[in-house]
Amino acid sequence: MKHIDHPGSRNIRVYMNAGGYRAAEKALAMRRPDIIDEVKRSGLRGRGGAGFPTGIKWSFANMAQNTPKYLLCNADEGEPGTFKDRPLLEENPHLLIEGMIIAAYTLNAEYGYIYLRREYPAAHDILSGAIKEAYDNNLLGDNVLGKGVSFHLSLFQGAGAYICGEETALIESIEGLRGQPRIKPPFPVAEGLFGKPTVVNNVETLCNLPHIIDIGADAYSRIGTNVCPGPKLFSVSGCINKPGVYELPMGVSLREIIYEHCGGTRNNAKLKAVIPGGISTPVLPADGIDCPMDYVSLPRHGSMLGSGAVIVFDETIDLVRVCLRASRFFEHESCGKCVPCREGVGWMVSILERIYSGQGSSVYIDMLMRVAGNIYGKTFCPLGDGAASIVRGFIQHFREEFEEKAAAALPACSGSTGR
Amino acid sequence: MTCKHKIRDDVLKVRSGCNNAGSSLLPALHTTQQNMGWLSNESLTIVADTLGLPAARIKGVATFYSMLDMKPTGRHIIRLCTNIACMIMGADRFIDILRDRYDLLPGSATKDGRFSLCIMECIGSCGTAPAMLVNNDFYHGLTADTLTEILDRYE
Repeated sequence: MKHIDHPGSRNIRVYMNAGGYRAAEKALAMRRPDIIDEVKRSGLRGRGGAGFPTGIKWSFANMAQNTPKYLLCNADEGEPGTFKDRPLLEENPHLLIEGMIIAAYTLNAEYGYIYLRREYPAAHDILSGAIKEAYDNNLLGDNVLGKGVSFHLSLFQGAGAYICGEETALIESIEGLRGQPRIKPPFPVAEGLFGKPTVVNNVETLCNLPHIIDIGADAYSRIGTNVCPGPKLFSVSGCINKPGVYELPMGVSLREIIYEHCGGTRNNAKLKAVIPGGISTPVLPADGIDCPMDYVSLPRHGSMLGSGAVIVFDETIDLVRVCLRASRFFEHESCGKCVPCREGVGWMVSILERIYSGQGSSVYIDMLMRVAGNIYGKTFCPLGDGAASIVRGFIQHFREEFEEKAAAALPACSGSTGR
Repeated sequence: MTCKHKIRDDVLKVRSGCNNAGSSLLPALHTTQQNMGWLSNESLTIVADTLGLPAARIKGVATFYSMLDMKPTGRHIIRLCTNIACMIMGADRFIDILRDRYDLLPGSATKDGRFSLCIMECIGSCGTAPAMLVNNDFYHGLTADTLTEILDRYE
């Protein structure tokens, strides 16, 4: 988030006066394999959620001979709880463009798109302006920085579909189709947009590149942990005193994020649970918050880093309601392509509605776990896994709360549960 | 200029800036929705004819995305987030307020055509929840009072 607090940081002059675009200039004087090597050595992993090593993805794309190649920026952050890319897009658009220039040069990609979610209209106007500024300053076009490199960048606006954050669905969407994931292989690095080799990188990933080129892989990899180096943006929300986006070294503990940086829970209420990486990642109970926040440690503690979207729940929060709302989200966003997700998530919502309204019994909870088991690992894309994981996580750690709810013969929940 | 010509001209303009007919489809639907307020079957047919794509494909795409409106909307579209962070911060009661004050229900428009209400999934404002978009204007940190105060500005 370098330069983000400079007044007028979205303006190209302000950005350049603070040293902006020097990394792009440095990169364009380097050999392409050296940049890939540098990115590999930096240990940078994709910040969209999957955490795949960026340098390795790039080297696959460089093996592809087909041309032209495409570079796509995934700016479709839609995972509930996630708002980390928004400040980058709205306040630091040139950092993203600079990252894309470095990536495009390295990959020999002549064309790029930023796939921006329709829910960010302000970012649309800001990015359009920044792209125009970059063209006017010879940073984009047929002869980038006078180095004979061609890179054309366009902004593409989504239309409201969470699934388009999945890279092959994103590609389908740009091609003018319903945003339904493709079967892999072939992977986009071999056959992506318009059948050509395509690299899809997240906004935050691309924004790390100028920094890596600037300070070098060795210095960069000293930030964070050995296995997962670098800084990470955490978006923190829920029952917390100081919600917001925090840039911290990878591997910081949830406890430090919540109590040292975010001022603890709202009204000092007792902490009940935390979702560590957006609602596709299983919840952690209050005693699980000493876990380091990185791609390797969280799976050992039964969850995942995902997008780094931390949602904090205190003791006043009804987690069955949270689980139901999360499941309704997945039901709404399921693209309908594969049966386990399309049908299964709908069934989970129906069962959860019965439990929530006190019409269930513990049999329903077992049934819910069976349905989740029939979704997990059986879908084309990770949306189904996310939907199953969140339900499993809540039941694993808070089964008693579900039992209590199911047994309570309450009248059906009053009208406004969000739908 | 008739509506039909306006749609066609704007879609052709979009088409000329895109790689092929397919990749101009979403931008063409955005521009048509902006011009016409929503996407009627007639509008979709014109888009299909102009781009030379099958009408069934256009309709399939238009119905897939939640921010493409397939029925008439009010003059101002309220897109209210009710996902987890907004829910925790009390967004659900806004639905009751909108119903009581404006006779506005999710997925429909007021009788005078002033507002329509679309319940959104996450709009990326969890840190300053609850949040909504009115047309292209973002509002966050809403309370019952600020919600109605803001909406009263939209005539």
